[in-house]
Amino acid sequence: MAKYEVNLKINDIPVSVEEGATILGAAQKLNFRVPTLCHHSDLCLAGNCRVCVVEQKGARALIAACTTPVSEGMEIFTNSVKVRTARKHIIELLLSEHNSECTNCYKNGKCELQSLANEYRVNENNFLKLVNFKDYQVDRSSPSIIKDDSKCIRCQRCVRTCASLQYVSALAVAYKGDKQKISTFFEKSMNSVVCTNCGQCVNRCPTGALVEKNYIDLVWDAINDPNKHVVVQTAPAVRVGLGEDLGLAPGNRVTGKMVAALKRMGFDSVLDTDFTADLTIMEEGTELLTRLQKALVEKEENTALPLMTSCSPGWIKFIEHKFPSLLPHLSTCKSPQQMFGALAKTFYAQKKGLKAENIVSVSIMPCTAKKYEADRPEMRDSGFKDVDYVLTTRELAMMIRQAGIEFTELNEENYDSIMGTSTGAAVIFGATGGVMEAALRTAYELVTGREVPFKNLDIVPVRGFEGIKEAKILLQNVKPEWGFLEGAELSVAIAHSLSHANKLMTAIQNKEVSYHFVEVMACPGGCLGGGGQPIPTNEKIRRKRMAAIYEEDTHLDLRKSHDNPEVVAIYEEFLGKPNSHKAHELLHTHYTKRNKY
Amino acid sequence: MEKNKLTKVDLIFEDDGKCPTGVLDKVKSMNPDEIIMNMIDSGLKGRGGAGFPTGLKWKFTKGENSFDKYVVCNADEGEPGTFKDREILDKVANKVYTGMAIAGYAIGAKKGFLYLRAEYNFLLKKLQKELTEFNKIIKEKGFDYNIEIRSGAGAYICGEESALFESIEGKRGEPRNKPPYPTVAGLFGKPTSINNVETLVYTTIIMKYGVEKFKEMGTQDSRGSKVFSISGDTPTAGIYELELGMTVEDFVSEFGDGDTKAVQVGGASGMCVPRKKFQDMIIGYEGVPTGGSMMLFNSTRSMYNVLKDYLEFFEEESCGQCTPCRVGCRQLLKGIESVKRGEKHPSYLEDLKKLAGTMKLSAKCGLGQSVANPFISIVDNFKEEIIY
Amino acid sequence: MRDVNVIIKEKIEKFGKERQALMPILQGIVGDKNYITENDMVRVAEALDLSAAEVYGTTTFYTFFDVVPRGKYVIRVCKTISCHLSGKDEIIEALEKVLNVKLGETTEDKKFTLLQANCMGWCHRGPVMLINDEVFPELTIEKAIAIVEEYIAK
Repeated sequence: MAKYEVNLKINDIPVSVEEGATILGAAQKLNFRVPTLCHHSDLCLAGNCRVCVVEQKGARALIAACTTPVSEGMEIFTNSVKVRTARKHIIELLLSEHNSECTNCYKNGKCELQSLANEYRVNENNFLKLVNFKDYQVDRSSPSIIKDDSKCIRCQRCVRTCASLQYVSALAVAYKGDKQKISTFFEKSMNSVVCTNCGQCVNRCPTGALVEKNYIDLVWDAINDPNKHVVVQTAPAVRVGLGEDLGLAPGNRVTGKMVAALKRMGFDSVLDTDFTADLTIMEEGTELLTRLQKALVEKEENTALPLMTSCSPGWIKFIEHKFPSLLPHLSTCKSPQQMFGALAKTFYAQKKGLKAENIVSVSIMPCTAKKYEADRPEMRDSGFKDVDYVLTTRELAMMIRQAGIEFTELNEENYDSIMGTSTGAAVIFGATGGVMEAALRTAYELVTGREVPFKNLDIVPVRGFEGIKEAKILLQNVKPEWGFLEGAELSVAIAHSLSHANKLMTAIQNKEVSYHFVEVMACPGGCLGGGGQPIPTNEKIRRKRMAAIYEEDTHLDLRKSHDNPEVVAIYEEFLGKPNSHKAHELLHTHYTKRNKY
Repeated sequence: MEKNKLTKVDLIFEDDGKCPTGVLDKVKSMNPDEIIMNMIDSGLKGRGGAGFPTGLKWKFTKGENSFDKYVVCNADEGEPGTFKDREILDKVANKVYTGMAIAGYAIGAKKGFLYLRAEYNFLLKKLQKELTEFNKIIKEKGFDYNIEIRSGAGAYICGEESALFESIEGKRGEPRNKPPYPTVAGLFGKPTSINNVETLVYTTIIMKYGVEKFKEMGTQDSRGSKVFSISGDTPTAGIYELELGMTVEDFVSEFGDGDTKAVQVGGASGMCVPRKKFQDMIIGYEGVPTGGSMMLFNSTRSMYNVLKDYLEFFEEESCGQCTPCRVGCRQLLKGIESVKRGEKHPSYLEDLKKLAGTMKLSAKCGLGQSVANPFISIVDNFKEEIIY
Repeated sequence: MRDVNVIIKEKIEKFGKERQALMPILQGIVGDKNYITENDMVRVAEALDLSAAEVYGTTTFYTFFDVVPRGKYVIRVCKTISCHLSGKDEIIEALEKVLNVKLGETTEDKKFTLLQANCMGWCHRGPVMLINDEVFPELTIEKAIAIVEEYIAK
């Protein structure tokens, strides 16, 4: 349907915008920034905080720029006396119910309320400090997320994120009036409810009410302990996000600088999660082919197909809570982070002649759920906690700043060995569809002896931001040992963000669709849009990060997991073959049915 | 004709049998546009307090192209000082249902909902019984329409139209952003005409007696009569139907106890009129509008306590979603307490008045916007009582 | 007390499985035992395919949906302006003595809970109280005590 242009004036300047656009959008077009707090481009409109109120000529009351659609002939003022007075009042009101001890706050310098207060110079604020009238408890129960209601300004971004992006609704608005609050079910602790720890709420919280639990000081302690050998692994998506928190524009790949910074910080060995991403492909690919064989050759009716990926710990907790009957479909492969952890304290320790108890294993992740994953009791197959500390991209940026490292000036350096070599297939794990593409590159070649039939190995149908993607690949002229797959059409689906995962799982559960292999990532866009990535994260930024990921893949010599020489070597020296007994011991896991709230 | 005298009227509660079936036959004989024109011509404005012209509301809703449309009767009367809708529902529910049927016929709706506040649950059985009979009668008369009762659960804000829709939809009663207005996207996202209990009865009366009889009462801006809920320091508290257009003075000389120092017109969210303004202030849209609540205070009352009571009410009954209302109400309450205790300088009241002004300008819905009415009018007129 | 699943089933039959059934279901549960438990809400959430937190959020919005245990009879004394002016404080004080509880509490035998509520629409005949759904306007201390004593005898 053709959209009409609507003509209006903002601060006396005429502008035409599409029908249905908001005043906020029209103002942006004229380069007038109207301040917002509850508004987020990923979320539905709220109009709660009222910071964006503007004056409409002829109207009695002010109107919210973020929710009010433009209309023909409208005259808007974004900076009139009325508007400024109201806006300042509203900021003062928010500050009055907000624990604004900014210097003690983890979000100091990164808080949207703080910057608004700064912009509007509310130093004469004389309203009563309402925060003192309430007895707030900080919820530190979750290994991933800290919830501090005394800093909450009730913008409900978290609630909308949890509901509309993630279809989890672990957080909801409870009570009304002055008692209104953001609450879990029955105000239970965050670690006992349906929360998947995805951290999308943390990424969208404008203040310090929801933050990641940080392990920065513990990691510094380990680095500074001469008896500890500290290894660090970096996830694929970190390298395309980190720069944003260190003064670079979105879309910059900072792999080499990041490695250089980690070395300067004092890590004993700087390694790559990408290595175990390649290993995951070997394990998971083999698991897929084994299940297909069971289903097609041995005609085992109960073979759980489609096989579902298990790299994303937010997704794992989601399915454990919401679709326990589908748990057998999950790949038993641990995530790359946990494979790395298990190997760091076994294979790596052995190779380096170190005692496992002296190794501290740190991972840098775009994710808050990885903190929870590392804490799971199953993740101790090395005999120790396989991954000791998980840091988000944001925490790493903070540490780099604390270390006084001029990040943008660094020369690029290479990962250490062993477990530092990787391929383009591993890098693209950071984008939705990436695991699928990597798996197809390897599985297809394994079965047919030929490369996947896509130009430059780019399996375009599985890429991009569509919520649920599907693709089919025909297997022809297969190698004799895979004869049972001759002529089979491999059918796959990919979902990112849990709301889409929910749709896909519902369809699978109801047998409305059938696939052989399904990839799910908990966060919008995959890990590049993870809850631990720099703030802000939004669609525009996710696109830039995704472009950077595929660019990195294109530029690498090795682009298929099975070509990774260190992967080949670890099977020869340590694991035997994919899905071997030893591989199962260290690299595979199991899942638990959880409550529905 | 001399208008500013107090005239009692007997239309709303007038006994006209079990079901005003004659009106429905008359309605059926007219086309919807004619009915809407009659309503517009009558000058009837919504009796819940906001005063939107009823005929226009129906016209807008009828003009929307949608298979599903709804009529909603707002029986979530919760404004402190207001109790007329309870009496209307208790005594003449059939006139309310008839009004809903007229509205449905006019806008093209097949379904009506009556949203009853939980505090009136004791009426539910009786209302349901009368409704079952009514639904049967209109079906026999060939109306493709039926009415259902839905209950609230204790939330003043659900009297706000979009909050009421949210509540019927099973959600928290939080007001929506406007636009879109209910006539475009109301209950279940469909065009909806939502009218107050009393308004709907007047549509029945207008259809019964004709536009002229209604129009000859009241003033240019405030046509007709209205049901008042009268309470406070008065020997004759109760429910009265009065012709619009009287002054507060007229009103007080009839209902006051001889010592009236202030009248709160329009309930907690209305305006406080002090004695010195009684004579000039017309009760109606040209002066002080009201949903019917008239609360009289005599000289023994502390206006500080009155204001504090109102603010406690709003602090609890705000839905809490928007900043100006959630935090503003609490600041105003805590603020006057601090001034009273001498912790804040009396000049702080000026800051609070400005804050109330911001609430009026920037709150998301009528609740938050109207808190400024009692606050500013009481603080302005009874400043000494607030401070000392 | 009725099985909550039966209440849910009845209401779903009448109002469907959509979200609009939520209020009637919660009203059904409260009508049965005057409050809604954690377990009730989980059952409701499952039945309507909602998150339990959302059910909790909606429930706690409404004053009449209590989420802490209440007595068989919930007494709500109106506390808003007119009833305030006409002596609700004295009524509450008297009821506290008769029932031997403080405002907000439930008697040991779980028979009565004494609460305040906002305006109930009886401003001309205050003070007023509700006992469950039943209304008692024009209270005096003696009258209030007599009414409650009748309930005690029930």
